[in-house]
Amino acid sequence: MKLHNTERNYSEKLKDIETLARGLPAVSIMEICGTHTMAIGRSGLRRVLPDNIRLISGPGCPVCVTHDREIDNYLELAKDKRVIIATFGDLLRVPGSKGTLNAARSQGAGVVVVYSTLEALRLASNNPDHEVVFLGVGFETTAPTAALSIIQAKSQGLGNYSVYSMHKLVPPALEALLCDGSVKLDGFICPGHVSTIIGTSPYTFVAEQYKKPCVITGFEIHDILDGLYLLLLQMRQNKAKIDIQYIRGVKPDGNPIARKTMDTVFRTGDVLWRGFGVIPNSGLHIREEYRDYDASVKFGLAMDHHYINEKEAICSCGDILKGLKTPNECDLFKGLCTPLNPFGPCMVSTEGACAAYYRYEA
Amino acid sequence: MSMCLAVPFKIISTDGEMAVVEVNGLTQNISIALTPEALPGDWVLVHAGYAIHKIDEAEAKETLKLWEEIHEASQY
Repeated sequence: MKLHNTERNYSEKLKDIETLARGLPAVSIMEICGTHTMAIGRSGLRRVLPDNIRLISGPGCPVCVTHDREIDNYLELAKDKRVIIATFGDLLRVPGSKGTLNAARSQGAGVVVVYSTLEALRLASNNPDHEVVFLGVGFETTAPTAALSIIQAKSQGLGNYSVYSMHKLVPPALEALLCDGSVKLDGFICPGHVSTIIGTSPYTFVAEQYKKPCVITGFEIHDILDGLYLLLLQMRQNKAKIDIQYIRGVKPDGNPIARKTMDTVFRTGDVLWRGFGVIPNSGLHIREEYRDYDASVKFGLAMDHHYINEKEAICSCGDILKGLKTPNECDLFKGLCTPLNPFGPCMVSTEGACAAYYRYEA
Repeated sequence: MSMCLAVPFKIISTDGEMAVVEVNGLTQNISIALTPEALPGDWVLVHAGYAIHKIDEAEAKETLKLWEEIHEASQY
């Protein structure tokens, strides 16, 4: 099959997948990127794949895996009259145990939506009487941009800028899923733009230790079909390696400059993930030499790892992020929890599994 | 903005670590600090105001189709 050729239509690619699937037992393939979740939902792919090929959504939406401890921390920070919160719009409606940023904003909190850390820096230089705190949420794609903003703030002597780093890393979450073993996983559709930064080597353990095939995949439905084809091909050949389907966006070595930038500013540490609890070395903490730009140091934000929100007990987001449940297996789905009135983060975020299922698969 | 989406833009001009980029008549000021090898005329994947990867032109045009679809899909 000639890969990466949009001339080959959807149904031809599906036929190729069916042919490969015929020789396989039932397999579960996890995608770990919110944009993949959306693309799979929109295309209706789950309904047309062979019965023995199951696609499940993993912890691929950074907003969804942000822990209530972190959300409550920044909501507390938003109450401080000196503080302007600079955030990506994705976080506005995400509920912690005490409301949302949107609600805080309507009660007078300084909350500004930015599209990049460049804007957050400008906000700081334009508001010298305020402390601007950028909410750093995201995986390896976004973390370098937060790191650069800290380097820039330091070089400009911008003392009223800091970052609350809630950044998380994808490979440790894969390890946590594989280690846990409560979900049967046979292969991974790996995230395109995270891999643009990290390249292939951080996934090597998935293939070598756990013998699971991985394919770094682009975001068009054609990409996803090609990615699935490559995964099933590995399975048929009893191989487990890291393939790149998304050649136009990913070099095997990723982006070394971006990684060096991340490493300059951040060190890895144990952090809480919604649904998982603590995952070792899965978060990015700001290094000591940049502590003046670390909002958790500057404002003494608590980082205890024993933090239970009672809401989590009735909301299935945690199990959904681990692939233990599908959104329609949650008691709240489409009842108490809808996109207009979201109860949990997987419904709030446009990239969340529940939002995707609600729109396309329910 | 979507947290793992990156969109292809063409670099029009550069000024140190900053660049003006354009796609479909839409221009933006972005940082090329993470892709210092990018030059005017190159296509880059832009995520949250920063170029994160240099791509070739044919591939960039192919990727644009998808971005439009996803953009439509993410409108509630």
